[in-house]
Amino acid sequence: MAALFKARKVLGLAMGCSKRCLTQLAELPEIHQMLRQTCRDFADRELAPIAGKLDKEHAFPAKQVRELGEMGVMAVEVPEELGGAGLDYLAYSLAMEEVSRGCASTGVVVSVNNSLYIGPILKFGSEEQKKQWITPFTTGEKVGCFALSEPGNGSDAGAASTTARQEGDEWVLNGTKAWITNSWDASATVVFATTDKSLKHKGISAFLVPMPHPGLSLGKKEDKLGIRASSTANIILEDCRVPQGNLLGQRGMGFKIAMQTLDCGRIGIASQALGIAQAALDCAADYAHKRIAFGAPIGKMQAIQFKLADMAVALESARLLTWKAALLKDAKKPFSKATAMAKLAASEAATFISHQSIQVLGGMGYVTDMPAERHYRDARITEIYEGTSEIQRLVIANQVLKEYQP
Amino acid sequence: MLCTPILSTTHTHIFSLSQIRVKPDHSGVVTDGVKHSMNPFCEIAVEEAVKLKEKKLIKEVVAVSCGPTQVQETIRTALAMGADRGIHVEVSGKDYETLGPLQVSKIMAALAKKEEAQLVILGKQAIDDDCNQTGQMTAALLDWPQGTFASEVAIEGDKMKVVREIDGGLETIQISMPAVITADLRLNTPRYATLPNIMKAKKKKIANVKPADLGVDLTSRIQILSVNDPPQRQAGVKVETVDDLVAKLKETGRI
Repeated sequence: MAALFKARKVLGLAMGCSKRCLTQLAELPEIHQMLRQTCRDFADRELAPIAGKLDKEHAFPAKQVRELGEMGVMAVEVPEELGGAGLDYLAYSLAMEEVSRGCASTGVVVSVNNSLYIGPILKFGSEEQKKQWITPFTTGEKVGCFALSEPGNGSDAGAASTTARQEGDEWVLNGTKAWITNSWDASATVVFATTDKSLKHKGISAFLVPMPHPGLSLGKKEDKLGIRASSTANIILEDCRVPQGNLLGQRGMGFKIAMQTLDCGRIGIASQALGIAQAALDCAADYAHKRIAFGAPIGKMQAIQFKLADMAVALESARLLTWKAALLKDAKKPFSKATAMAKLAASEAATFISHQSIQVLGGMGYVTDMPAERHYRDARITEIYEGTSEIQRLVIANQVLKEYQP
Repeated sequence: MLCTPILSTTHTHIFSLSQIRVKPDHSGVVTDGVKHSMNPFCEIAVEEAVKLKEKKLIKEVVAVSCGPTQVQETIRTALAMGADRGIHVEVSGKDYETLGPLQVSKIMAALAKKEEAQLVILGKQAIDDDCNQTGQMTAALLDWPQGTFASEVAIEGDKMKVVREIDGGLETIQISMPAVITADLRLNTPRYATLPNIMKAKKKKIANVKPADLGVDLTSRIQILSVNDPPQRQAGVKVETVDDLVAKLKETGRI
């Protein structure tokens, strides 16, 4: 009886916010439509034509990032007084999807700057820290990065072995961070280090470190399967000293900061996956009209039609989950389960859709003349970073079980 | 330095370039369900107007578009680029199908007088009908000087210096204001609306006006007889020598 009551209570909570959300899920408000169109125009004209070249040359899209900064896309949620666009997370999700549809690498640069670097400072930083560490990073001139993972732990974030010790009025950081996106192009980073290993995850704190900085060096740029225009490398800290004031939030708050940051970051990555998936679907559907086989365009064949239908359903479902997560966050309602579901659905949709897109293109899908092979390579990482699909499943299961707690 | 309002037309609300199909009755092209957007030359016109305002050479930019309710999206795009307010001249149904440069220029002339504009900037031509007439007709109706195919525009006191792209190269003229300018490709590179400006555009006003309110008669002087697809491209013929080529050309009556 009690279980039934609790379950109904949860249902009521979910229904409460749904009235406004549902209309927005069916059709976006006018501003969001305009915003989406503007980002799409930018992506079509400035990103899509060079995405292949950026990928081949592993070249950071500095000019495009600056232009996105001018448009306000590098700091969507940041209030206007601090130099941002002052918009909501639904707007951010739409901007991310359109940018990623043009170029997935540019998408991840935008996402890391918005959600992983600016995100925690906006939420946990002092007014002084926000002015110093956010405002210069809203224009696209500078980007930031997020250093949580280490060679010894990715999913196991609580086991951080990078240390921070206090010496006078300075913090001294030692350790190595791995897989840091934007590292070679960043001007600052949020670093997670432990001040007391015995406290396990409760001993972790977050620090703001400028780049370049004495005691901070970069490992080699990783040679990746996809998102090659964004840099990924180790960050090595050897007696790296930062002032007291560079502690973000309170001592011991680091793990909480990291987890809450990743919750929001998931909406960004889900949106990136949606963009890649949409680009792959566009490619396949267009080809289905033009390619003639057995006397007719291949789009007339059921085998191809069924593929396109499955791709479209996977994409649209993931998109709705992503918008729902963004709307819940904007409404300040609990959104952890929604973002985990969005990231899981979108990343798996992206790998499925880009895989099928190559299949629809046949031999043409396998060569670099068509973008299908790049979408396939770009999609793969979305199931791994910012929380692997396995971690997302744990988060979701945790939430589901909570709802049925006897 | 003049501080004056300027009208910038976004009247050309054109259809997207892909997949145009002729209507089965050959009376025109299918426009239902086709994506419409601002004419690229009009985007350049709006950009120039906004730039002049940013240089404080003009006071206010008013974006104008003629057509059905859909065109309000185009006006909002102009507002997001930096125009101050918009005017939507409602023309729909049969009137919209026959709306051409003559009718639009009458509307623009009436509005320019009503708004006491000092400058009217339009795109040089719409990329759907390629008429290249509206700017010139508007200037004639107002009896104002015109600077068409502008690739550079400068306000100097109460005069304008306009560099025009003409067949022989570049021509620089000086015209007095009020004047009509039509924008050519190299005048500027239109900006992408920033996200905050898109938000602000929502609050800017778009006034609704009917052509009758402006005393404009929309009757068309032109009757469209038929619209047809261009003929299918035929295969070419290969020849071995120049002599064969000349013979073939003579044979088919080309020379």
